[in-house]
Amino acid sequence: MTSASIADSVKEKKTTALSSDLIGTLAIAVLGGAAYVVFPDDLGLLTRILAAAFFVLSLCLVTGICGIATLGHAVMYGAGAYAAGYFCVQGLTDPIALIVVGAMAGAVMGAVSGAIILRTSGLPQLVLSIALVQLMHAAANKASSITGGSDGLIGISPAPVLGLFAFDFYGRTAYLFGLVLLVCVFAVLQRLVRSPFGLLCRGIMQDRVRVAAMGVSVYPVLIRMYTISGAVAGIGGALIAIATGVVGLDSVSFAWSAEALVMLVLGGASSLYGALIGTVVFMTFEHFVSAASPFHWLAIVGALLIAVVLFLPKGLQSFPARFLVKLRGGRRDHSS
Amino acid sequence: MQTAFGIALDALAYGMVLFIISIGLSVMLGLMRVVNLAHGAFAMVGGYFASYVTGQLGFGYGVAIAIAVVMSIVVLFPLEVLLYRRIYAASELTQVLMTIGITFVVIGLMNYAFGPTMKMIAVPDLISGPVDLGIRSVPAHRLFVIVCGVVIASGLWFMMEKTTFGIKLRATVDNPAMAAALGVRTEWIYASTFALAVALGAFGGVVGAEILPIEPYYALRYMVTFLVVVSIGGAGSILGALVASLGLGLIDTVGKYFIPNLGEFFFYFAVVIIVLVFPKGLLGRAHA
Repeated sequence: MTSASIADSVKEKKTTALSSDLIGTLAIAVLGGAAYVVFPDDLGLLTRILAAAFFVLSLCLVTGICGIATLGHAVMYGAGAYAAGYFCVQGLTDPIALIVVGAMAGAVMGAVSGAIILRTSGLPQLVLSIALVQLMHAAANKASSITGGSDGLIGISPAPVLGLFAFDFYGRTAYLFGLVLLVCVFAVLQRLVRSPFGLLCRGIMQDRVRVAAMGVSVYPVLIRMYTISGAVAGIGGALIAIATGVVGLDSVSFAWSAEALVMLVLGGASSLYGALIGTVVFMTFEHFVSAASPFHWLAIVGALLIAVVLFLPKGLQSFPARFLVKLRGGRRDHSS
Repeated sequence: MQTAFGIALDALAYGMVLFIISIGLSVMLGLMRVVNLAHGAFAMVGGYFASYVTGQLGFGYGVAIAIAVVMSIVVLFPLEVLLYRRIYAASELTQVLMTIGITFVVIGLMNYAFGPTMKMIAVPDLISGPVDLGIRSVPAHRLFVIVCGVVIASGLWFMMEKTTFGIKLRATVDNPAMAAALGVRTEWIYASTFALAVALGAFGGVVGAEILPIEPYYALRYMVTFLVVVSIGGAGSILGALVASLGLGLIDTVGKYFIPNLGEFFFYFAVVIIVLVFPKGLLGRAHA
């Protein structure tokens, strides 16, 4: 193979990757739009799914791409939610500005918690992540003058988006606002994951020592990814604060962190699409089954989780990929 | 003086309950290297059985403890063969997910079988009343729990250091392949250690029920606490788990007593600092 043909094939691969990214992003926009048309009475649930999608995508960045096991990711989500809520109550009511505030708060929290958690690995890392989320939970509970404590932070009433689209009772504006945000963020994250930086993070997950031997200092790279992940989680928190008008203590809880991990793994930890699929499946089922009986719901989630770990380690998103491979006559596709 | 004594006794009893339940988790973590978030579920299963045996069947406390421990092993041991065996060598993330899944299933099934209410375990008069110690009278149950903790700790120490099983177990911890080559049936060691961990968890769940009440979400509520104790004590170390349990029990009790609103904050702040300074635990050995 000549160098020219190698360059050609690389170029070709790049364009197919770009076009598949574009198709994926468009598909999300179309599906999101279709959900708006088909389920006009469930926009509250759909908006919560959108916020959770940001959260799980952000967890995907650190767990799926960098291989960091964390059970305390809600610190960033909660930071975004409380920051957006607090600023809104204080008078900064422009929703886009509030999203930026949430993203910044999440990023700062990501950098700080990342700097602590990433100093260790394995079990101590897991315990540190849990301890941090419990710490922030207790702090948010105590600082009730800022956060409203266990009553929640209330009275968040954002101004119309761009001064044109007011937030209505049915949640139409909130949903569409969240959907546009999600599509934009998703497009950026796809670029990020494919970028040299994203590949470096994947390399760290596969063999940390080897990457270090190549001359990369691993710790700062991971902190950078943790900060980006914090910003994404913060956007999710800010969105839920804007959409529901209230921020509760459960937004910064161990349970919410664990749920995000379950959603991520259900869909497939190493893929951004997996994160979205897992979120939609989990949140939808939770809405219907959990209302009927919380204990049945727990048993079902638990059984599903065990089954996924045992039989489908790449999550639900590997179903269509497997199917496609069969369709193409067994050609292996290793782009997942 | 009397208050200080009361707090110290409460802290000691609480720490002992933490120790009795967590030590099984610690041994499992040290031997099988499995981060078992379902350990709280083991204790919960024990508690539910004991409550059923004392409440519905009307047996005494001692019988209830024995039945609860045996039944927990019978019910939970199949999990070792079916599920745990597959994740001994897996990554932490896989282990965490699998054991969270097990916890959810256990909570769902136990509440389906026994009903989603707070479970009471009737304790006999002998340990429910107060005992006069001279300085002040204290609840006899606290003393009972402390005695149980001491007995368990010394019993485990004896088993680990003096018996053939303990020698084989330590050999398997140090080097499973070499131990197997020397004729130790490591699979059997793993299975019996799992049964031991279930038994200790169930026992702790029953005798500690006065301090950590058995309720529908027990397994989730205390999941983090037990993991923290083991992480701080160091995996597989009996003395480490004892020190960590008593220390954390003291921090928690004193914190809740003097600064009730910030008690939890205080506790987890201490955890963060200790884990950062001693990532392998206070008395843990580096993992191979």
